[in-house]
Amino acid sequence: MKKLSNGQPHSISELTKGTDLTRQAVTKHLRVLESVGIVNGIKSGRESLYRFDPEPLNQAKGYLDIFSEQWDQALNRLKKFVEE
Amino acid sequence: MQDKIERTIELKAPIARVWRALSDYKEFGQWFCLDIKEPFKAGQPTKATLTYPGYEGLLWEVHVKEMQPERLFSFTWHPYAVDPKVDYSVEEPTLVEFKLEATDYGTLLTLTESGFEKLPEHRRFEAFRMNDGGWAEQLQNIENYVSKDNVATK
Repeated sequence: MKKLSNGQPHSISELTKGTDLTRQAVTKHLRVLESVGIVNGIKSGRESLYRFDPEPLNQAKGYLDIFSEQWDQALNRLKKFVEE
Repeated sequence: MQDKIERTIELKAPIARVWRALSDYKEFGQWFCLDIKEPFKAGQPTKATLTYPGYEGLLWEVHVKEMQPERLFSFTWHPYAVDPKVDYSVEEPTLVEFKLEATDYGTLLTLTESGFEKLPEHRRFEAFRMNDGGWAEQLQNIENYVSKDNVATK
């Protein structure tokens, strides 16, 4: 995912390299990402290249939900701490 | 684009108690999960290391802005700067503010974090990457987020 996030298209071999995932596992993950629209597959000769498209994530505002969740956890710890 | 987090929480503790938990660096470190060795001072940077499970030993750095006793504690930082290989200092920081207000019940705490619109786009994605260690869980998160908003339009 980190490799994909630079915005360049990558082949499955490139994405598998340096991970302990099999090619099949990577392919499976890519299909899921493709199905939700944050990765686009492009045919290039015999190979398929995959490119990360962050737009749906930005629209979903999901990243702020994650940051907020971290705050919720921290504030709950603060609540316990001062109410003890 | 939404660029601000705001949370309000009512604490069953006197405002002086809550202020101490925020402004006293040792107390702050306890609930925030930090190993912090220097006191907070308005206008000064502070460094610490995280003790939060999974992020132990990571550098935590803030620049304290304001310390108005029992009213406001604020700092700027680089949110979720969890990759030791990345130099986050080139990015615009976000502003974190804790505002306090005494109530009959105890203390009303309002937390805001603003300035996310200046966060580089790839860092938004980074939030998903750092959120948990497992691929499967990450994919599930992404799928949930995206489908939550998009199911109706598909």
